[in-house]
Amino acid sequence: MTDTWMVRNLRAVRGRAYPRVIGLMREPSWMIYGTVLPLFSITAYVYVYKFIGAKPEFVGYVVLGGAMTAFWLNVLWSMAAQLYWEKETGNLQLYMIAPISRMSLLAGMAVGGLFETTTRAASTLALGVFAFGIVLTLTDPLMLVLVFLATMVALYGMGMMFASLYLLFGREAYHMSNLLMEPVYFASGFYFPVRYLGFWTALGASIIPITLGLDAMRQLFFEGAPGDAFLPVQTELAVLATLSVVFIVLAKFSLDYMEKLGKSTGRLTLRWQ
Amino acid sequence: MNDLRTFKNAAWLGWQMEANWTDPFLFMTYCVVKPIAGTLILVFMYLIVTGGNTDSEFFSFMFVGNAMYMYAAEVLFGVSWVIHDDREHYMTLKQVYIAPINFYAYVFGRAAIKIAITTVGVVITLVFGVLVLGVGIDILAMDVPLLVVSLILGFACISVLGLALGGISFLTAKHAEGINEGIAGIFYAFSGVVFPITALPSWAQSISMVLPITYWMEAVRRGLMPTTMESLNTVSGYDVTGMGGMSDLYLLGVLALSVTVFFVMSISVFRAADVVARRKGKIDWTSAY
Repeated sequence: MTDTWMVRNLRAVRGRAYPRVIGLMREPSWMIYGTVLPLFSITAYVYVYKFIGAKPEFVGYVVLGGAMTAFWLNVLWSMAAQLYWEKETGNLQLYMIAPISRMSLLAGMAVGGLFETTTRAASTLALGVFAFGIVLTLTDPLMLVLVFLATMVALYGMGMMFASLYLLFGREAYHMSNLLMEPVYFASGFYFPVRYLGFWTALGASIIPITLGLDAMRQLFFEGAPGDAFLPVQTELAVLATLSVVFIVLAKFSLDYMEKLGKSTGRLTLRWQ
Repeated sequence: MNDLRTFKNAAWLGWQMEANWTDPFLFMTYCVVKPIAGTLILVFMYLIVTGGNTDSEFFSFMFVGNAMYMYAAEVLFGVSWVIHDDREHYMTLKQVYIAPINFYAYVFGRAAIKIAITTVGVVITLVFGVLVLGVGIDILAMDVPLLVVSLILGFACISVLGLALGGISFLTAKHAEGINEGIAGIFYAFSGVVFPITALPSWAQSISMVLPITYWMEAVRRGLMPTTMESLNTVSGYDVTGMGGMSDLYLLGVLALSVTVFFVMSISVFRAADVVARRKGKIDWTSAY
Protein backbone atom coordinates (compact mmCIF):
# COMPACT_ATOMS: atom_id res chain seq x y z
CA MET A 1 0.00 0.00 0.00
CA THR A 2 1.33 3.42 -0.89
CA ASP A 3 1.29 6.02 1.82
CA THR A 4 -0.39 9.27 1.07
CA TRP A 5 1.66 12.46 1.25
CA MET A 6 -0.12 13.42 4.45
CA VAL A 7 0.56 10.10 6.21
CA ARG A 8 4.24 10.20 5.21
CA ASN A 9 4.65 13.68 6.61
CA LEU A 10 2.80 12.92 9.80
CA ARG A 11 5.15 9.99 10.26
CA ALA A 12 8.07 12.34 9.68
CA VAL A 13 6.74 14.65 12.38
CA ARG A 14 6.38 11.73 14.78
CA GLY A 15 9.77 10.31 13.82
CA ARG A 16 11.60 13.58 14.40
CA ALA A 17 9.76 14.29 17.64
CA TYR A 18 10.48 10.80 18.97
CA PRO A 19 14.18 11.20 19.84
CA ARG A 20 13.46 14.37 21.76
CA VAL A 21 10.66 12.81 23.77
CA ILE A 22 12.44 9.53 24.39
CA GLY A 23 15.67 11.44 25.11
CA LEU A 24 14.13 12.61 28.37
CA MET A 25 13.98 8.99 29.54
CA ARG A 26 17.29 7.90 28.00
CA GLU A 27 19.37 10.65 29.54
CA PRO A 28 17.71 11.69 32.82
CA SER A 29 20.78 13.70 33.85
CA TRP A 30 19.85 16.25 31.18
CA MET A 31 16.51 16.70 32.89
CA ILE A 32 18.38 17.54 36.09
CA TYR A 33 20.69 19.99 34.29
CA GLY A 34 17.75 21.56 32.47
CA THR A 35 15.76 21.97 35.66
CA VAL A 36 18.44 22.92 38.16
CA LEU A 37 20.85 25.09 36.15
CA PRO A 38 18.39 27.96 35.56
CA LEU A 39 17.75 28.00 39.31
CA PHE A 40 21.25 29.39 39.98
CA SER A 41 20.69 32.60 38.04
CA ILE A 42 17.10 32.75 39.32
CA THR A 43 18.42 32.51 42.89
CA ALA A 44 20.94 35.28 42.30
CA TYR A 45 18.33 37.60 40.78
CA VAL A 46 15.81 36.81 43.52
CA TYR A 47 18.34 37.79 46.18
CA VAL A 48 19.20 40.99 44.31
CA TYR A 49 15.51 41.94 44.33
CA LYS A 50 15.17 41.00 47.99
CA PHE A 51 18.30 42.94 48.93
CA ILE A 52 17.11 46.16 47.28
CA GLY A 53 13.60 45.79 48.71
CA ALA A 54 11.57 45.07 45.57
CA LYS A 55 7.87 44.24 45.96
CA PRO A 56 7.16 40.48 46.28
CA GLU A 57 5.74 40.15 42.75
CA PHE A 58 9.21 40.77 41.32
CA VAL A 59 10.48 37.58 42.86
CA GLY A 60 7.68 35.77 41.05
CA TYR A 61 8.52 37.57 37.81
CA VAL A 62 12.10 36.32 38.04
CA VAL A 63 11.09 32.72 38.72
CA LEU A 64 8.59 32.67 35.84
CA GLY A 65 11.02 34.43 33.49
CA GLY A 66 13.86 32.14 34.52
CA ALA A 67 11.74 29.07 33.84
CA MET A 68 10.77 30.47 30.43
CA THR A 69 14.42 30.87 29.42
CA ALA A 70 14.32 27.11 28.73
CA PHE A 71 12.02 27.73 25.75
CA TRP A 72 14.19 30.45 24.27
CA LEU A 73 17.31 28.31 24.68
CA ASN A 74 15.53 25.36 23.11
CA VAL A 75 14.45 27.48 20.15
CA LEU A 76 17.97 28.85 19.66
CA TRP A 77 20.02 25.70 20.13
CA SER A 78 17.63 22.92 19.21
CA MET A 79 15.55 24.57 16.51
CA ALA A 80 17.48 27.41 14.90
CA ALA A 81 20.90 25.75 15.08
CA GLN A 82 19.59 22.21 14.59
CA LEU A 83 19.99 21.96 10.83
CA TYR A 84 23.54 23.25 11.26
CA TRP A 85 24.24 20.47 13.80
CA GLU A 86 22.61 17.97 11.45
CA LYS A 87 24.94 19.14 8.72
CA GLU A 88 27.93 18.69 11.03
CA THR A 89 26.89 15.16 12.00
CA GLY A 90 26.00 14.13 8.46
CA ASN A 91 22.23 13.73 8.87
CA LEU A 92 21.21 16.71 6.78
CA GLN A 93 21.83 15.04 3.46
CA LEU A 94 19.57 12.16 4.51
CA TYR A 95 16.82 14.61 5.40
CA MET A 96 17.22 16.32 2.06
CA ILE A 97 16.77 13.18 0.00
CA ALA A 98 13.89 11.82 2.11
CA PRO A 99 10.54 12.02 0.27
CA ILE A 100 8.98 14.36 2.82
CA SER A 101 8.44 18.03 3.35
CA ARG A 102 11.25 19.68 5.28
CA MET A 103 8.55 21.52 7.22
CA SER A 104 7.50 18.17 8.71
CA LEU A 105 10.98 17.69 10.07
CA LEU A 106 10.98 21.12 11.62
CA ALA A 107 7.48 20.57 13.00
CA GLY A 108 8.66 17.28 14.53
CA MET A 109 11.62 19.01 16.12
CA ALA A 110 9.28 21.69 17.46
CA VAL A 111 6.78 19.19 18.90
CA GLY A 112 9.51 17.11 20.52
CA GLY A 113 11.36 20.17 21.78
CA LEU A 114 8.18 21.67 23.16
CA PHE A 115 7.38 18.51 25.11
CA GLU A 116 10.92 18.20 26.43
CA THR A 117 11.22 21.87 27.35
CA THR A 118 7.78 22.18 28.91
CA THR A 119 8.71 19.36 31.27
CA ARG A 120 11.93 21.13 32.26
CA ALA A 121 10.38 24.60 32.54
CA ALA A 122 7.47 23.31 34.62
CA SER A 123 9.91 21.57 36.97
CA THR A 124 12.02 24.73 37.31
CA LEU A 125 8.89 26.80 37.96
CA ALA A 126 7.63 24.33 40.56
CA LEU A 127 10.99 24.26 42.34
CA GLY A 128 11.25 28.06 42.23
CA VAL A 129 7.72 28.53 43.55
CA PHE A 130 8.44 26.09 46.37
CA ALA A 131 11.91 27.44 47.23
CA PHE A 132 10.93 31.11 47.32
CA GLY A 133 7.37 30.76 48.63
CA ILE A 134 5.73 32.44 45.65
CA VAL A 135 1.99 32.89 45.64
CA LEU A 136 0.37 32.27 42.24
CA THR A 137 -3.19 33.54 41.85
CA LEU A 138 -4.54 32.00 38.70
CA THR A 139 -7.91 33.56 37.95
CA ASP A 140 -8.32 32.63 34.28
CA PRO A 141 -6.76 29.23 33.51
CA LEU A 142 -8.31 29.02 30.03
CA MET A 143 -6.73 32.30 29.02
CA LEU A 144 -3.42 31.09 30.42
CA VAL A 145 -3.58 27.97 28.26
CA LEU A 146 -4.45 30.02 25.18
CA VAL A 147 -1.64 32.50 25.80
CA PHE A 148 0.86 29.72 26.41
CA LEU A 149 -0.15 27.84 23.25
CA ALA A 150 -0.11 30.98 21.11
CA THR A 151 3.30 31.93 22.51
CA MET A 152 4.73 28.50 21.80
CA VAL A 153 3.35 28.26 18.26
CA ALA A 154 4.72 31.71 17.43
CA LEU A 155 8.04 31.03 19.17
CA TYR A 156 8.65 27.67 17.54
CA GLY A 157 7.46 29.12 14.23
CA MET A 158 10.21 31.68 14.64
CA GLY A 159 12.61 28.83 15.44
CA MET A 160 11.59 27.04 12.22
CA MET A 161 12.28 30.21 10.27
CA PHE A 162 15.68 30.64 11.95
CA ALA A 163 16.53 27.00 11.21
CA SER A 164 16.47 27.64 7.50
CA LEU A 165 18.40 30.90 7.84
CA TYR A 166 21.03 29.12 9.90
CA LEU A 167 21.35 26.53 7.15
CA LEU A 168 23.87 28.65 5.34
CA PHE A 169 25.89 29.39 8.45
CA GLY A 170 29.08 27.67 9.37
CA ARG A 171 30.53 28.41 12.76
CA GLU A 172 28.48 31.61 12.72
CA ALA A 173 25.54 29.46 13.84
CA TYR A 174 27.14 28.83 17.21
CA HIS A 175 28.08 32.46 17.69
CA MET A 176 24.71 33.70 16.47
CA SER A 177 22.85 31.57 19.02
CA ASN A 178 25.32 32.62 21.68
CA LEU A 179 24.77 36.26 20.80
CA LEU A 180 20.99 35.97 20.94
CA MET A 181 20.89 34.87 24.56
CA GLU A 182 21.59 37.76 26.97
CA PRO A 183 20.38 40.54 24.62
CA VAL A 184 17.04 38.76 24.26
CA TYR A 185 16.82 38.04 27.99
CA PHE A 186 17.22 41.78 28.43
CA ALA A 187 14.99 43.07 25.62
CA SER A 188 12.18 40.58 26.26
CA GLY A 189 12.06 41.29 29.99
CA PHE A 190 12.77 37.79 31.24
CA TYR A 191 13.77 39.14 34.66
CA PHE A 192 11.77 42.37 34.87
CA PRO A 193 8.56 43.67 33.27
CA VAL A 194 9.29 44.72 29.69
CA ARG A 195 7.12 47.82 30.10
CA TYR A 196 9.96 49.51 31.99
CA LEU A 197 12.10 49.54 28.85
CA GLY A 198 9.76 52.16 27.43
CA PHE A 199 6.90 51.78 24.95
CA TRP A 200 8.87 51.76 21.68
CA THR A 201 11.59 49.42 22.92
CA ALA A 202 8.98 47.04 24.31
CA LEU A 203 7.06 47.25 21.05
CA GLY A 204 10.20 46.40 19.08
CA ALA A 205 10.99 43.51 21.42
CA SER A 206 7.47 42.16 20.87
CA ILE A 207 8.62 40.66 17.57
CA ILE A 208 10.08 37.95 19.80
CA PRO A 209 6.92 36.10 20.84
CA ILE A 210 8.11 35.30 24.33
CA THR A 211 8.09 39.03 25.19
CA LEU A 212 4.32 39.34 24.99
CA GLY A 213 3.74 35.77 26.15
CA LEU A 214 5.71 36.34 29.33
CA ASP A 215 4.04 39.69 29.96
CA ALA A 216 0.60 38.12 29.57
CA MET A 217 1.44 35.11 31.74
CA ARG A 218 2.70 37.39 34.51
CA GLN A 219 -0.62 39.24 34.43
CA LEU A 220 -2.48 35.96 34.72
CA PHE A 221 -0.28 34.52 37.47
CA PHE A 222 0.34 37.46 39.80
CA GLU A 223 -2.20 39.74 41.41
CA GLY A 224 -0.17 42.94 41.26
CA ALA A 225 1.20 42.32 37.77
CA PRO A 226 -1.36 44.27 35.69
CA GLY A 227 0.23 47.44 37.11
CA ASP A 228 3.54 46.38 35.54
CA ALA A 229 2.00 45.15 32.27
CA PHE A 230 2.90 46.37 28.80
CA LEU A 231 -0.43 45.64 27.04
CA PRO A 232 -3.76 44.03 28.05
CA VAL A 233 -3.77 40.21 27.88
CA GLN A 234 -6.37 40.08 25.09
CA THR A 235 -4.31 42.37 22.89
CA GLU A 236 -1.19 40.34 23.53
CA LEU A 237 -3.04 37.13 22.65
CA ALA A 238 -4.22 38.64 19.36
CA VAL A 239 -0.70 39.77 18.45
CA LEU A 240 0.71 36.34 19.33
CA ALA A 241 -1.87 34.61 17.14
CA THR A 242 -0.87 36.88 14.25
CA LEU A 243 2.82 36.24 14.84
CA SER A 244 2.15 32.48 14.80
CA VAL A 245 0.76 32.64 11.28
CA VAL A 246 3.41 35.07 10.05
CA PHE A 247 6.36 33.05 11.33
CA ILE A 248 5.12 29.72 10.02
CA VAL A 249 4.49 31.17 6.55
CA LEU A 250 7.89 32.86 6.61
CA ALA A 251 9.48 29.60 7.76
CA LYS A 252 8.07 27.81 4.70
CA PHE A 253 9.31 30.48 2.28
CA SER A 254 12.75 30.83 3.83
CA LEU A 255 13.22 27.06 4.02
CA ASP A 256 12.44 26.66 0.32
CA TYR A 257 14.69 29.55 -0.59
CA MET A 258 17.61 28.48 1.56
CA GLU A 259 17.38 24.88 0.44
CA LYS A 260 17.51 25.99 -3.17
CA LEU A 261 20.39 28.36 -2.46
CA GLY A 262 22.24 25.72 -0.44
CA LYS A 263 21.95 23.20 -3.26
CA SER A 264 23.04 25.65 -5.95
CA THR A 265 26.08 26.81 -3.96
CA GLY A 266 26.92 23.27 -2.88
CA ARG A 267 27.09 24.16 0.81
CA LEU A 268 24.37 21.90 2.15
CA THR A 269 26.78 19.18 3.18
CA LEU A 270 29.87 21.29 3.75
CA ARG A 271 31.20 20.70 7.26
CA TRP A 272 33.70 22.44 9.59
CA GLN A 273 33.44 25.80 7.86
CA MET B 1 61.16 26.67 25.21
CA ASN B 2 59.11 24.04 23.39
CA ASP B 3 56.31 24.47 25.92
CA LEU B 4 56.33 28.21 25.33
CA ARG B 5 56.02 27.61 21.59
CA THR B 6 53.15 25.19 22.17
CA PHE B 7 51.47 27.73 24.43
CA LYS B 8 51.86 30.47 21.82
CA ASN B 9 50.60 28.35 18.95
CA ALA B 10 47.66 27.08 21.00
CA ALA B 11 46.77 30.67 21.84
CA TRP B 12 46.97 31.59 18.17
CA LEU B 13 44.78 28.61 17.25
CA GLY B 14 42.30 29.60 19.96
CA TRP B 15 42.19 33.13 18.59
CA GLN B 16 41.49 31.87 15.06
CA MET B 17 38.72 29.60 16.32
CA GLU B 18 37.14 32.38 18.35
CA ALA B 19 37.48 35.18 15.86
CA ASN B 20 37.96 34.17 12.24
CA TRP B 21 34.32 33.22 11.59
CA THR B 22 33.58 36.84 10.79
CA ASP B 23 35.17 40.21 10.05
CA PRO B 24 36.93 42.09 12.88
CA PHE B 25 34.21 44.74 13.22
CA LEU B 26 31.43 42.20 13.67
CA PHE B 27 33.58 40.23 16.07
CA MET B 28 34.19 43.33 18.20
CA THR B 29 30.46 44.07 18.18
CA TYR B 30 29.83 40.49 19.28
CA CYS B 31 32.37 40.89 22.10
CA VAL B 32 30.69 44.08 23.29
CA VAL B 33 26.96 43.40 22.87
CA LYS B 34 26.79 40.17 24.83
CA PRO B 35 28.39 41.33 28.08
CA ILE B 36 26.74 44.74 27.98
CA ALA B 37 23.30 43.17 27.51
CA GLY B 38 23.94 40.73 30.35
CA THR B 39 24.89 43.62 32.59
CA LEU B 40 21.91 45.72 31.52
CA ILE B 41 19.55 43.06 32.84
CA LEU B 42 20.84 43.68 36.36
CA VAL B 43 21.06 47.42 35.83
CA PHE B 44 17.41 47.62 34.81
CA MET B 45 16.31 45.36 37.64
CA TYR B 46 18.04 47.77 39.99
CA LEU B 47 16.81 50.94 38.30
CA ILE B 48 13.18 49.81 38.24
CA VAL B 49 13.12 49.12 41.97
CA THR B 50 15.20 52.08 43.15
CA GLY B 51 13.69 54.59 40.76
CA GLY B 52 16.89 55.32 38.87
CA ASN B 53 19.37 55.77 41.69
CA THR B 54 22.74 54.40 40.61
CA ASP B 55 24.66 56.56 43.03
CA SER B 56 24.91 53.93 45.72
CA GLU B 57 27.68 51.66 46.94
CA PHE B 58 25.57 48.55 46.41
CA PHE B 59 25.01 49.40 42.75
CA SER B 60 28.79 49.56 42.23
CA PHE B 61 29.21 46.34 44.22
CA MET B 62 26.68 44.56 42.00
CA PHE B 63 27.92 46.00 38.72
CA VAL B 64 31.60 45.22 39.33
CA GLY B 65 30.79 41.71 40.61
CA ASN B 66 28.76 40.94 37.51
CA ALA B 67 31.48 42.26 35.21
CA MET B 68 34.26 40.27 36.92
CA TYR B 69 32.14 37.12 36.95
CA MET B 70 32.59 36.96 33.18
CA TYR B 71 36.10 35.67 33.90
CA ALA B 72 34.81 32.92 36.15
CA ALA B 73 32.25 31.72 33.63
CA GLU B 74 34.18 32.17 30.39
CA VAL B 75 37.59 30.93 31.50
CA LEU B 76 36.21 27.93 33.37
CA PHE B 77 34.13 27.00 30.36
CA GLY B 78 36.92 27.83 27.91
CA VAL B 79 39.52 25.55 29.52
CA SER B 80 37.32 22.51 29.93
CA TRP B 81 35.60 22.96 26.57
CA VAL B 82 38.91 22.50 24.73
CA ILE B 83 38.69 18.74 25.25
CA HIS B 84 35.08 18.44 24.16
CA ASP B 85 35.35 20.81 21.21
CA ASP B 86 38.56 19.32 19.81
CA ARG B 87 37.36 15.77 20.22
CA GLU B 88 33.67 15.91 19.30
CA HIS B 89 33.41 18.88 16.99
CA TYR B 90 36.70 19.35 15.15
CA MET B 91 37.88 15.78 15.73
CA THR B 92 41.47 16.94 16.10
CA LEU B 93 42.12 15.90 19.69
CA LYS B 94 43.80 12.66 18.68
CA GLN B 95 46.34 14.50 16.52
CA VAL B 96 47.05 17.06 19.23
CA TYR B 97 47.25 14.32 21.83
CA ILE B 98 49.88 12.24 20.02
CA ALA B 99 51.93 15.28 18.98
CA PRO B 100 55.25 15.60 20.88
CA ILE B 101 54.08 18.60 22.91
CA ASN B 102 53.15 19.34 26.49
CA PHE B 103 49.38 18.87 26.53
CA TYR B 104 48.97 21.21 29.52
CA ALA B 105 50.76 23.99 27.62
CA TYR B 106 48.29 23.43 24.78
CA VAL B 107 45.23 23.60 27.04
CA PHE B 108 46.45 26.67 28.92
CA GLY B 109 47.43 28.36 25.65
CA ARG B 110 43.85 27.98 24.49
CA ALA B 111 42.69 29.31 27.88
CA ALA B 112 44.98 32.35 27.65
CA ILE B 113 43.21 33.65 24.57
CA LYS B 114 39.88 33.14 26.32
CA ILE B 115 41.15 35.31 29.17
CA ALA B 116 42.31 37.95 26.66
CA ILE B 117 38.96 38.05 24.85
CA THR B 118 37.03 38.10 28.12
CA THR B 119 39.22 40.98 29.29
CA VAL B 120 37.96 43.06 26.36
CA GLY B 121 34.36 42.43 27.46
CA VAL B 122 35.14 43.13 31.12
CA VAL B 123 37.00 46.37 30.39
CA ILE B 124 34.28 47.65 28.05
CA THR B 125 31.60 46.80 30.61
CA LEU B 126 33.48 48.57 33.40
CA VAL B 127 34.18 51.64 31.26
CA PHE B 128 30.49 51.74 30.31
CA GLY B 129 29.58 51.47 33.98
CA VAL B 130 31.91 54.26 35.08
CA LEU B 131 31.11 56.67 32.24
CA VAL B 132 27.37 56.07 31.81
CA LEU B 133 26.15 54.78 35.15
CA GLY B 134 28.55 56.38 37.60
CA VAL B 135 29.97 53.15 39.01
CA GLY B 136 32.27 54.03 41.92
CA ILE B 137 35.65 53.19 40.40
CA ASP B 138 38.25 55.92 40.70
CA ILE B 139 41.37 55.04 38.69
CA LEU B 140 43.58 57.16 40.96
CA ALA B 141 42.25 55.50 44.11
CA MET B 142 42.61 51.89 42.91
CA ASP B 143 44.74 49.54 44.96
CA VAL B 144 46.75 48.33 41.96
CA PRO B 145 49.00 45.78 43.71
CA LEU B 146 45.99 44.11 45.35
CA LEU B 147 44.09 44.14 42.06
CA VAL B 148 46.96 42.66 40.03
CA VAL B 149 47.83 39.93 42.55
CA SER B 150 44.19 38.96 43.05
CA LEU B 151 43.60 38.84 39.28
CA ILE B 152 46.63 36.58 38.75
CA LEU B 153 45.60 34.27 41.60
CA GLY B 154 42.00 34.26 40.41
CA PHE B 155 42.90 33.39 36.82
CA ALA B 156 45.19 30.64 38.05
CA CYS B 157 42.50 29.25 40.33
CA ILE B 158 39.79 29.25 37.65
CA SER B 159 42.12 27.82 35.01
CA VAL B 160 43.28 24.87 37.12
CA LEU B 161 39.69 24.18 38.13
CA GLY B 162 38.85 24.19 34.42
CA LEU B 163 41.62 21.65 33.87
CA ALA B 164 39.95 19.25 36.31
CA LEU B 165 36.66 19.67 34.47
CA GLY B 166 38.53 19.13 31.20
CA GLY B 167 39.77 15.82 32.62
CA ILE B 168 36.21 14.84 33.42
CA SER B 169 35.26 15.81 29.85
CA PHE B 170 37.64 13.07 28.65
CA LEU B 171 35.31 10.50 30.17
CA THR B 172 31.90 11.99 29.41
CA ALA B 173 30.16 12.81 26.18
CA LYS B 174 26.99 14.43 27.32
CA HIS B 175 27.79 15.98 30.66
CA ALA B 176 30.62 18.42 29.94
CA GLU B 177 28.39 21.42 29.33
CA GLY B 178 26.05 20.69 32.24
CA ILE B 179 28.91 20.23 34.70
CA ASN B 180 30.63 23.42 33.56
CA GLU B 181 27.47 25.47 33.76
CA GLY B 182 26.59 23.90 37.10
CA ILE B 183 29.91 24.89 38.68
CA ALA B 184 29.71 28.39 37.19
CA GLY B 185 26.09 28.64 38.41
CA ILE B 186 27.11 27.71 41.96
CA PHE B 187 29.70 30.48 41.87
CA TYR B 188 27.10 32.97 40.60
CA ALA B 189 24.55 32.16 43.27
CA PHE B 190 26.80 31.56 46.27
CA SER B 191 29.96 33.66 45.81
CA GLY B 192 28.56 37.11 46.42
CA VAL B 193 28.78 38.04 42.75
CA VAL B 194 25.73 40.30 42.46
CA PHE B 195 24.54 40.48 46.07
CA PRO B 196 26.35 40.17 49.40
CA ILE B 197 26.54 36.68 50.83
CA THR B 198 24.98 37.97 54.08
CA ALA B 199 21.66 38.09 52.18
CA LEU B 200 21.73 34.29 51.94
CA PRO B 201 20.45 31.95 54.65
CA SER B 202 23.17 30.84 57.07
CA TRP B 203 23.49 27.31 55.60
CA ALA B 204 24.12 28.86 52.18
CA GLN B 205 26.69 31.27 53.63
CA SER B 206 28.65 28.23 54.81
CA ILE B 207 28.86 27.10 51.18
CA SER B 208 29.95 30.61 50.15
CA MET B 209 32.83 30.58 52.60
CA VAL B 210 34.43 27.49 51.06
CA LEU B 211 34.27 28.80 47.49
CA PRO B 212 37.47 30.56 46.36
CA ILE B 213 35.49 32.84 44.04
CA THR B 214 33.90 34.45 47.12
CA TYR B 215 37.33 35.61 48.29
CA TRP B 216 38.36 36.53 44.76
CA MET B 217 35.31 38.76 44.28
CA GLU B 218 36.00 40.56 47.55
CA ALA B 219 39.70 41.03 46.76
CA VAL B 220 39.06 42.29 43.22
CA ARG B 221 36.39 44.71 44.42
CA ARG B 222 38.73 46.07 47.11
CA GLY B 223 41.44 46.47 44.49
CA LEU B 224 39.20 48.23 41.97
CA MET B 225 37.20 50.46 44.33
CA PRO B 226 38.64 50.48 47.85
CA THR B 227 36.79 53.60 48.99
CA THR B 228 33.42 52.34 47.76
CA MET B 229 33.92 49.02 49.53
CA GLU B 230 34.82 50.84 52.75
CA SER B 231 31.81 53.10 52.64
CA LEU B 232 29.47 50.18 51.75
CA ASN B 233 29.82 48.90 55.30
CA THR B 234 29.93 52.37 56.88
CA VAL B 235 26.71 53.54 55.17
CA SER B 236 24.88 50.31 55.96
CA GLY B 237 26.00 50.31 59.58
CA TYR B 238 26.95 46.61 59.51
CA ASP B 239 29.34 44.26 57.76
CA VAL B 240 27.27 43.92 54.56
CA THR B 241 29.70 41.70 52.69
CA GLY B 242 30.35 39.50 55.70
CA MET B 243 34.06 39.80 54.90
CA GLY B 244 34.79 43.23 56.32
CA GLY B 245 36.88 41.73 59.11
CA MET B 246 39.24 39.97 56.71
CA SER B 247 42.45 41.74 55.77
CA ASP B 248 43.64 42.00 52.16
CA LEU B 249 46.51 39.70 53.01
CA TYR B 250 44.14 37.10 54.42
CA LEU B 251 42.05 37.17 51.23
CA LEU B 252 45.14 36.72 49.07
CA GLY B 253 46.37 33.95 51.37
CA VAL B 254 43.10 32.05 50.98
CA LEU B 255 43.30 32.51 47.20
CA ALA B 256 46.91 31.31 47.07
CA LEU B 257 45.99 28.28 49.15
CA SER B 258 43.03 27.57 46.86
CA VAL B 259 45.28 27.72 43.80
CA THR B 260 47.68 25.25 45.39
CA VAL B 261 44.95 22.84 46.46
CA PHE B 262 43.11 23.04 43.14
CA PHE B 263 46.36 22.67 41.23
CA VAL B 264 47.24 19.40 42.98
CA MET B 265 43.65 18.20 42.77
CA SER B 266 43.19 19.16 39.12
CA ILE B 267 46.44 17.60 37.93
CA SER B 268 45.49 14.40 39.79
CA VAL B 269 41.99 14.34 38.32
CA PHE B 270 43.27 15.14 34.84
CA ARG B 271 45.95 12.43 34.94
CA ALA B 272 43.57 9.84 36.34
CA ALA B 273 40.99 10.70 33.68
CA ASP B 274 43.69 10.60 31.02
CA VAL B 275 44.72 7.07 32.05
CA VAL B 276 41.12 5.84 32.06
CA ALA B 277 40.40 7.56 28.74
CA ARG B 278 43.41 5.86 27.12
CA ARG B 279 42.49 2.49 28.53
CA LYS B 280 38.89 2.78 27.35
CA GLY B 281 39.78 4.31 23.98
CA LYS B 282 38.03 7.60 24.63
CA ILE B 283 40.73 9.97 23.34
CA ASP B 284 39.32 9.89 19.81
CA TRP B 285 35.80 9.02 20.86
CA THR B 286 32.98 10.85 19.08
CA SER B 287 29.37 10.63 20.05
CA ALA B 288 27.75 13.41 17.99
CA TYR B 289 27.29 15.66 21.03
